[in-house]
Amino acid sequence: MDPVVSIRPLIAIAIAGLAALFVLLLHKHEKLRDLVSPVAAVLMFAIVASMAPTVLSGGSVELRLFEILPGVDFAFRADALGMVFATVSSLLWIVAAIYSIGYMRHLREHAQTRFYACFALSLAAAVGGAFAANLFTLVIFYEVLSLVTYPLVYHHEDEEGWLGGRKYIVYLMGASKSVLLAALALTYQIAGSLDFVAGGLLARVEAPAALLTVVYFCYLFGFAKAAVMPMHAWLPAAMVAPTPVSALLHAVAVVKMGVFCVLRVVFHVFGVGLVGELGLGIATAYLVSFTILMASVYALTRDDLKARLAYSTVSQLSYVVLGAVLLSPVAMVGGIVHIAAHAFSKITLFFCAGSIYCASGKRNISDMAGIGRRLPWTMGAFFVASLSMIGLPPTAGFVSKWYLAQGSVEAGEMAFLTVLLISSVLNAAYFLPVSYAAFFEAEPEESRAAVREIPMVTIPLVATAILSVLMGIFPDYFLTLASGVVG
Amino acid sequence: MELPLLSLIVLTPAAGAAILALLPSDDAVRRVALGVTLIDLALSIVMLANFDTTTHAMQFTEIRPWVPSLGINYALGVDGISALFVFLTALLGSVSVLASWVAIDRKVKEFMINLLAMQALMLGVFSALDLFLFYVLWEAMLIPMYLIIGIWGGEGRVYAAFKFFLYTLAGSLLFLIGVIVLYFEGGETFDILALTARDLPFGVQSWLFFAFLIAFAVKVPMVPVHTWLPDAHVQAPTAGSIILAGVLLKMGAYGFLRFSLPMLPEASVYYSTLMLALSALAIVYGGLLALAQDDLKKLVAYSSISHMGFVTLGIFSLNLHGLEGSILQMFNHGVTTGALFLFVGLIYERTHTRSIAAYGGLMKAAPIYTAFLALFTLSSMALPGTNSFIGELLVLSGGFAANPAFGAAAVLGAVLSAAYLLGMYGKVALGQASVGDRYAIHDVNAREMVAILPLAVFVLWVGLYPKPFLEIIDVSVKHLLVQVHGTGGGP
Repeated sequence: MDPVVSIRPLIAIAIAGLAALFVLLLHKHEKLRDLVSPVAAVLMFAIVASMAPTVLSGGSVELRLFEILPGVDFAFRADALGMVFATVSSLLWIVAAIYSIGYMRHLREHAQTRFYACFALSLAAAVGGAFAANLFTLVIFYEVLSLVTYPLVYHHEDEEGWLGGRKYIVYLMGASKSVLLAALALTYQIAGSLDFVAGGLLARVEAPAALLTVVYFCYLFGFAKAAVMPMHAWLPAAMVAPTPVSALLHAVAVVKMGVFCVLRVVFHVFGVGLVGELGLGIATAYLVSFTILMASVYALTRDDLKARLAYSTVSQLSYVVLGAVLLSPVAMVGGIVHIAAHAFSKITLFFCAGSIYCASGKRNISDMAGIGRRLPWTMGAFFVASLSMIGLPPTAGFVSKWYLAQGSVEAGEMAFLTVLLISSVLNAAYFLPVSYAAFFEAEPEESRAAVREIPMVTIPLVATAILSVLMGIFPDYFLTLASGVVG
Repeated sequence: MELPLLSLIVLTPAAGAAILALLPSDDAVRRVALGVTLIDLALSIVMLANFDTTTHAMQFTEIRPWVPSLGINYALGVDGISALFVFLTALLGSVSVLASWVAIDRKVKEFMINLLAMQALMLGVFSALDLFLFYVLWEAMLIPMYLIIGIWGGEGRVYAAFKFFLYTLAGSLLFLIGVIVLYFEGGETFDILALTARDLPFGVQSWLFFAFLIAFAVKVPMVPVHTWLPDAHVQAPTAGSIILAGVLLKMGAYGFLRFSLPMLPEASVYYSTLMLALSALAIVYGGLLALAQDDLKKLVAYSSISHMGFVTLGIFSLNLHGLEGSILQMFNHGVTTGALFLFVGLIYERTHTRSIAAYGGLMKAAPIYTAFLALFTLSSMALPGTNSFIGELLVLSGGFAANPAFGAAAVLGAVLSAAYLLGMYGKVALGQASVGDRYAIHDVNAREMVAILPLAVFVLWVGLYPKPFLEIIDVSVKHLLVQVHGTGGGP
């Protein structure tokens, strides 16, 4: 099917960019300023959704702006893989924008204008990455995303904030200025282009296997946002950010940008065929399995709820990569769908952590005994999202894990089926005790006062919990897109 | 008769310098100097606008006999290799005048005369097509630069100026010998294009290659003849640093492109591995030195050594990506490092310290300054979307094709640049300390903004739409590759 040429991918990005501008212009009118983000989010989602029919029926929406270098254009293409990422990001921005208002107002956070402006720019960068038609365009948005999220990480501007921010930027920039840069230069040298090609850009050219292997691993570790160990340490450090940032950016936009880039490399730079030929699929699968299990073990040991969620994210991101590198169609579908499944559930869990903090000032799980009676909606949503992370029906996590498990079998790799099962048990082990403590443990006397739900914080998290279930019951949209990627 | 555009470009600052001598007040001197550099900038834009990107031939050529008995001509012309540098020189000329507006408060007239004389000479070097003319201008550049550092510099200015003078002079003497040998071996002509067409025996090429190498390596500067640079930069006034880093360093690399490669092609190919090794050394060593600096200006100076290593790496990759990348990177380095020195100057004017440890939390006191500092810092570390990334990507692509080991060393240099630049930015602009509490800091004013904005435009323009710049370079580089390899050369 011929691609549809349209300016819509650019409009989607521009909406978020303009939102940032309006936030800055309206910095003196707080009420108006706070309205900008939700409105922009709805508009952006509408634009993204308007491209869905074309992409669902196997087409793509393209916009070629100009040539940067011979064989490299500044160009956008909304294809199936990009739509998965863009849909999730823009949809969840609506919820997160509302949640942010509730959270920031309740805690009377400082520098709210900077916060909302950077937040909007982050979305522009994420959707820009989703719609990038080649590595060059993708990497520009990838780096912009690192930069505009940095002020969000050091937001509190205290010692902890600066340290966390430093670790964040050092990891992300360090990886992209070293191995990612080398990978790009080598790819351009070998292929004379940086375009995404169905079946793989590098599959079309002759190059030594050793060189290609080096390039491949440079990409895998260069896209540090994917948080494959040992490039994961920035993510727990980023938890010093206000919770809305941890929720939308460090559970959805930023980290998904990382795995999205890795999937682009596997599917459209190397191609499934070449990755298999070079024997890189199974090697990567072992690597990410280690990340899946180790990060879960780390998560078990963390008492700070956000830290536990962060390590859980590290683990879950590697599910996505695992699905892709198993190279069986079903596993690949599972990996792609997990981008959405994890997003809906993990954002819920972070929203809950923020809600608990807003309502009670508590961050440690050991202090949360009995809090479910004060915050029934929050902890109810937490429980639902936990089920999804563990992968129980009828939640979103069940769909992706089902496909991942079936894909491991299809690929004939029982080892990874075992990894999935063990990690599910670990998921249960670090999530369920939170719900248990919240609902069944006795509440200490002193903390009973004045802890109650904050509507503007609670409504969004209930919404995302419902989304997690809805996606479990109606997974067709993402399954169709994922099948479109796998072909 | 056609308008002698290049002569106008070269002579406008010279004439301006003469006019300045007649002016009574410092204020008038500043205004006229700015006016002259702006006219020159406009002329250079006219030149670029009329530049024909489809030919490698010299354009806007002028030739008049100078010393007919020796066959010396006043011959000017530009091709794709030099055109961007003429423009860059004119651009940084205006920026330099603006940067000296209040920073230079004594002997303003003499300073501006030196600045304009310097500009005329540099423009002459980039457009000279006669070897003798080139040599005379090349040598003459030393004098105003020596004076700028030696008179208007910091505490150790005399030492720094002498060091600069001696290093460069030592290189120049070898260059002079090379010029004389070239004159006789090349058939008693000073015509650069005619000399380029000669086929010299390999033995002669080798000797000349090393004579030129030392002359050009001092200018670039390549390790181990780089030690004059940090001294010169630290002592020079801001405008001196901008010119030094923005234009003078390019002279050495330009020498390789104009003389070594086309005139000595076999020697250039033969010794290319050595040159790549020296380049990789400069990239990594310069980066390590930059990492260890507390003096803001020294940090930028050492980063220049590292970044110029990328340039020579690209040149001696001897392939299309490498050469195009290195020429573009020279332009980028001029813009970005020129801007960084400008920023060092701006903050020094406000705090009278250059110690990075003394800053911190500048973001609060001067948000516009720190925002633009971020842009140029990111440009210097070659973030995708900025000008240097395009150059770095091309140079690395060329470098990997030429020699993967040195390509990998260059990547190490890229990581180092991220380390020292981000570290610097973090310590200066961010953090809990507030430099605004200790010093009365005001944000950039309108005049400073005028100097900053054009440089910022080029950072993003080249970063996102480098095509017009690469088009200027492209045909000439392909022709150069034919001269070096005899064929089109690899990609």
